[in-house]
Amino acid sequence: MKQKLLAGLVAATLGLGAGAALSQAPAPGKASDDVVKIGVLTDMSGVYADYGGPGAVTAAKMAIEDFGGKMFGKTIEIVSADHQNKADVAKNVTQQWFDRDKVDATFENLNSAVAIAVQGLGKEKNKITVVTGAASSKLTNEECSPNSGIHYLMDTIALGNVVGKAIVKDGGDTWFFLTADYAFGHSLEKDTGDVVKAAGGKVLGAVRHPLSTSDFSSFLLQAQSSKAKIVGLANAGLDTVNSIKAASEFGITKNQNLAALLMLITDVHSVGLNTAQGLYLTEGWYWDMNPETRAWAKRYEERMKKKPNSNHAAVYSSVMHYLNAVKAAGTDDTAAVLKKMKETPINDMFAKGGKIREDGRMVHDMYLFQVKTPAESKAPWDYYKLKGTVKGDDAFQSLAMSRCAALKK
Amino acid sequence: MTEIFGVPIQSLMGQLMIGLVNGSFYAMLSLGLAVIFGMLNVVNFAHGAFYMMGAFFSWLLLKHFEVNYWWSLLLAPLGVATVGVVVEKTMLRWLYQLDHLYGLLLTFGLALIIEGFFRDQYGVSGQPYDLPDIFKGAFDLGFMMLPKYRAWVIVACLSVCLATWFVIERTRLGSYLRAGTENPKLVQAFGINVPLMVTLTYAFGVGLAGLAGVLAAPVYQVNPLMGSNIIIVVFAVVVIGGMGSILGAVVTGLALGLIEGLTKVFYPEASATVVFIIMAIVLLIRPAGLFGREK
Repeated sequence: MKQKLLAGLVAATLGLGAGAALSQAPAPGKASDDVVKIGVLTDMSGVYADYGGPGAVTAAKMAIEDFGGKMFGKTIEIVSADHQNKADVAKNVTQQWFDRDKVDATFENLNSAVAIAVQGLGKEKNKITVVTGAASSKLTNEECSPNSGIHYLMDTIALGNVVGKAIVKDGGDTWFFLTADYAFGHSLEKDTGDVVKAAGGKVLGAVRHPLSTSDFSSFLLQAQSSKAKIVGLANAGLDTVNSIKAASEFGITKNQNLAALLMLITDVHSVGLNTAQGLYLTEGWYWDMNPETRAWAKRYEERMKKKPNSNHAAVYSSVMHYLNAVKAAGTDDTAAVLKKMKETPINDMFAKGGKIREDGRMVHDMYLFQVKTPAESKAPWDYYKLKGTVKGDDAFQSLAMSRCAALKK
Repeated sequence: MTEIFGVPIQSLMGQLMIGLVNGSFYAMLSLGLAVIFGMLNVVNFAHGAFYMMGAFFSWLLLKHFEVNYWWSLLLAPLGVATVGVVVEKTMLRWLYQLDHLYGLLLTFGLALIIEGFFRDQYGVSGQPYDLPDIFKGAFDLGFMMLPKYRAWVIVACLSVCLATWFVIERTRLGSYLRAGTENPKLVQAFGINVPLMVTLTYAFGVGLAGLAGVLAAPVYQVNPLMGSNIIIVVFAVVVIGGMGSILGAVVTGLALGLIEGLTKVFYPEASATVVFIIMAIVLLIRPAGLFGREK
């Protein structure tokens, strides 16, 4: 009896997993090479589901609709899947998409471990992979794939560059890092630390915390006793949110300032303005920048009941850019489309004068924001004051510094 | 300044204080688990979900009904306890005669469903719950600033733990409860309504989890995943303390909070693991746990 029950449970779990991984958005029509078919791979229900998730799928669908829904007379198809933040799941799904389902390109691919796995597969299978949500700068350096991979939104180098430079210039010249103890955190700490040192600042130390820590107070006390002017949060998502809450509670923010190195508007929303006010952060896009961004955000909000973040906007922009390139190239052949994508500048609600470099890095302006005080905020989601715009070429790593081996040949 | 192993004594004191706060949360959560296991023999894997539910109830009460923190402290645990009663009456009670495994599977499944529901409704980023005004600010203890709210958490948790221990070990009601778990038929023969007692015990246990959730709402994030983040540690606490031992749960909860705090100073990378290392050692030396009795 017990064996049967366990076997049933295992079968049910497997069934659930497979069901979740393969749940597909409407995919009518026949799959053939004439049909343009894109995949959106993201975290649909885990810690990053608000960052990408269903919102990213919606953004991709909006792009297809705005494009007209058809390519060469055939309906454009879209499939989506939940990678559960597991690189192996991501790899299996993507492999199936490329081999069996004739998917031409995949989008979103958040989580750096996932992004590296998917981009590697795209390189092997010669399929376009566009990464928006993941931040590791390895995607265009050690793990680069100039003939198939595009890194669209931001990376750890740009994040460190924008916030690091601005804060050191503002007088915050001594830093202490609170770092998530895995690849992403380490690379964010290193990249930002380099920027700080280059700008004339000093890094006094760092403390590494395990991923998904609920209580940050003791790490913050260590940051406090370092007497550094700036406590850099080299972590993401819930870890950042909990660090900020604890810092405000323990009065750290009275004598020291926090710099969140990767924080999005959805995180600000969940911390609340009372706690987050005054914080510096950097994003590639904000919904309330101009009439174009507001109009798009409004359409998105009608569907998702909340404002989009920069990742959602980047998914829309990248899908649209891809579809335009396919149309211009007159084929969905990888090399031809990628060539068009790199030739054509990106001018839409997400970026002005954006360009995809030969290493796959999409270079566009980055913005330094400060979180508003509750008094300054006039409406829900009215959270940011623009403090500065950093030109794409200054924000991102220059091609000359690239460690991408494929470019050196 | 005096130093211990290269760490200034002042910051060490600060870390111990924080360990005590975290230990209070562990103690309160593991207390509920221990009570439920001791009385019902159910390994309540849904405990983390009820903790999360408590935090969410207080956030919902504030948002939709403008109910303040103090009323939440009462209403949210009551709400969670009510859910507990329904769960016990309709599902759990059919499993008492079976192996522990079935109760574990049921509550684990429930935890996934409850978590999934909140995740679907409110997203995973979490919701803000501001500190009540009276708790803003901090006490200056000389060696550290202790936020008023954290001090309150220690006081509240310890009083609740003490009261629970007193009721179960020192009062007549407690003696009925303990007798009811030893030999339900005999106790029923004396005219005591054992099934009702069992239901109320379960409701009380999950109510404690709900209360811990309300206490946690202003300091952590009100987030659908908050329960599953903490529940594994709490289980380790219960195992180390000895399954079903109330005193064990409280003492171990506090002690592990302190040990974790020290680990964060000397080797932060291991702070998430240290509890489980201790659990493995304790299980090797005393399989019934530090305060447990072998049956």
